Amino acid sequence: MQELIIRAKELLECGEVARVLGWRKGEHVYDPEPAFFQSADALENFVYNGFCGANLSKYMIEASKLEGKTLVFLKPCDTYSFNQLLAEHRIDREKAYIIGVGCKGKLKIENIGADGILDIEGADYPDCGEELNVKTLYGDVKVAYKDAMLERCHVCKGKEHRIFDEKIGESVDTLDAERFAEVERIEKMSPEEKFAYFQAELSKCIRCNACRNVCPACSCRKCVFDSTKFDSAQKANATTFEEKMFHIIRAFHVAGRCTDCGECSRVCPQGIPLHLFNRKFIKDMNELYGDYQAGVDVDAKAPLVCFSQEDAEPGALTERG
Amino acid sequence: MSVNKEDFRPVIVAFCCNWCSYAGADLAGSSRLAYPADVKIIRVPCSCRVNPMFILRAFEKGADGVILCGCHPGDCHYSTGNYYARRRMTMLFSMLDFIGVENGRTRVEWVSAAEGVKFSETMNSFVEKIRSLGPNVRLGDIRCKN
Amino acid sequence: MHRIKKSELPRLYEAIAKTQTLYLPVKSAGKTNFAVWTETAQPDIDTLKTVKSPKDAFFPQCENLYTVKREEGKLKLTAEELESESFVVFGIRACDVRALSVLDKVFLSNPVDTYYAARREHGILVSLACSRPETSCFCGTFGIDCAQPEGDVATWLCGEYLYWQPQTEKGESLTNALSDLLEEAEEAPVEKAKEEIRAICERLPLKDLSLEKWGAHAAHDNFDSPLWEELYKGCLACGTCTFVCPTCQCYDIKDYDTGNGIQRYRCWDSCMYSDFTMMAHGNNRTSQMQRFRQRFMHKLAYFPANNDGMFSCVGCGRCVDKCPSHLNIVKVIKTFGKEEA
Repeated sequence: MQELIIRAKELLECGEVARVLGWRKGEHVYDPEPAFFQSADALENFVYNGFCGANLSKYMIEASKLEGKTLVFLKPCDTYSFNQLLAEHRIDREKAYIIGVGCKGKLKIENIGADGILDIEGADYPDCGEELNVKTLYGDVKVAYKDAMLERCHVCKGKEHRIFDEKIGESVDTLDAERFAEVERIEKMSPEEKFAYFQAELSKCIRCNACRNVCPACSCRKCVFDSTKFDSAQKANATTFEEKMFHIIRAFHVAGRCTDCGECSRVCPQGIPLHLFNRKFIKDMNELYGDYQAGVDVDAKAPLVCFSQEDAEPGALTERG
Repeated sequence: MSVNKEDFRPVIVAFCCNWCSYAGADLAGSSRLAYPADVKIIRVPCSCRVNPMFILRAFEKGADGVILCGCHPGDCHYSTGNYYARRRMTMLFSMLDFIGVENGRTRVEWVSAAEGVKFSETMNSFVEKIRSLGPNVRLGDIRCKN
Repeated sequence: MHRIKKSELPRLYEAIAKTQTLYLPVKSAGKTNFAVWTETAQPDIDTLKTVKSPKDAFFPQCENLYTVKREEGKLKLTAEELESESFVVFGIRACDVRALSVLDKVFLSNPVDTYYAARREHGILVSLACSRPETSCFCGTFGIDCAQPEGDVATWLCGEYLYWQPQTEKGESLTNALSDLLEEAEEAPVEKAKEEIRAICERLPLKDLSLEKWGAHAAHDNFDSPLWEELYKGCLACGTCTFVCPTCQCYDIKDYDTGNGIQRYRCWDSCMYSDFTMMAHGNNRTSQMQRFRQRFMHKLAYFPANNDGMFSCVGCGRCVDKCPSHLNIVKVIKTFGKEEA
């Protein structure tokens, strides 16, 4: 972490960058916030640890409008989102100085599953351990680092940075699960079971729009769901169908552009596995139109903006059921 | 809401492209080919104009089945619109299936301006299918039911 | 003082639900939220904080106000009926009970919100002391004692038993109705539990949060502070903080076209949203910094200015736990506090 601060200070002082986009220390070890640092002094509050899950690439949309370059720290998976935003001309490459940072998997505080957490040892980068020592008001507990990881880290796309100016820090491979396993599990259910599963999950939705606002692919200036001319309950969780429609349409809108960064599931206050919608689309597109990973190649054409004359008929699916 | 299967009159929304399928429906009409009055046709410039939201919106507002008809692949008035529509609908139907909606409630059919018979047959079979599935309860908005 | 065995609680729920609607924390798909008790529901009173606060029982996230239909060429307007039957909210925590007093200031002052007033009149609060306060809790800052919650009945979980103490007339009559299930009990275990809870509160990391820089005077002092510019940057402009908050009370009124009529409904709104208080000429707050500032200034400055110094934050800490960017009211209070030093 010190390395990152030293390098950021250098770049600020030599005038290469006008500001730094990183994570700022919070109240506790587990709540760093995305923040801009304007000066070398401000960087004393910079932090990079296991809880810096927030993907900073979306903040570059705003940073691209500012004077001068912004130094941004991107984890390997964040670089996919950055590329995707570049492909959509939402950010300016010239306005960014990218330091690719190493990643040893990011943590989710809820996954620790302890009450009254005061402090956590073993989550610091790069000195994170196999185990987290969690000090709580109600006694100390030990939790395996892996068990506290975000879902997305278990199905990691790999620790290769897809875009960067320089790289600092080592990564550790965290892939230990099958990416589409959960989607496949649900596909095998009967329609009644599927419906019951999503009904239970989506009826928790409070329409806070955190999933949408955090999503790097959701970069419309004005969302269709925010339009006053649009006949939608929008912020009301009026009926269970509204929520389904919101999440299906949102997933559809980012289909082919979603890099599967998992931010939607990370931020959902109700713990809805929203990534399943995106992953279902990715799986279908891979199967029907060939493997495609958004954010790898800025010039590649996404599956839903191209076609082939030999494409499968939608009927093929409806016949099956 | 329990409805006797024989009494059930489904609401079917058919999105028809202006150039082929809508003309096909016209031909069916002028050829005196019967298809159920349960089908409400909405004319669209091209099958590609149909946003997934249209389909969901139709269900929300009370449709029991939604069918999209366009020109045969290769015959699109705008050359390629129906190819895009095909991919989109494939994705949408798969998603609806994923969340547990009976996938017989949605269909895509390519009907040309000369296929009045096919139009009538398609509608007859689709209405029959929806009748057998019964009223749509999974995608409707409860506010629209009363 | 009364008590009932924890294992007997399902019978208690059933007995209450026989005569009235019972809201209580229910676990569904992994998260605990207040919901109506049913035979198949899984009550969960051990989880300290429900994701959403129980304010839904009095001020639902979405409710119909009236329906308009066309009948024989005329418009027929049917107003939604007001709550007319008593209901019980069980397991509500001290901070959430106090939050209702905050909402009362808004909805029960003139002009009275009849929907809310009817629910308040018919609602019976059975509060539950917090046996395991969290590190994100700071209710003490607002003078709330989580060991001695307000409410019509206060309850404590001690060992095998739930202790039950009616505190108002409403609470007495509920207790009498349930006398078959409740037994007389000593007060000593509850006193001991209270002491334990207060001892934990002493160790909470946020217990020394100082509100010195806040209050009615802050409306003037803090509005133009350059600190806001620093604070808001990470804000995603989602509504999580407002929707999990027990005291946020802003709402929007809209019409829904059902195809055979109009339903006018109201739903919670969030000052974080770009269309909040949208008017014909546009918005009066045009940047996210202004919207962010509004939320905290409302809770910590404008509300106390209009309500005899009462803050519209109760320190439940839900926003601390749930903000996707880890921004929260504690950071705001502390950042302004530091400036003084």
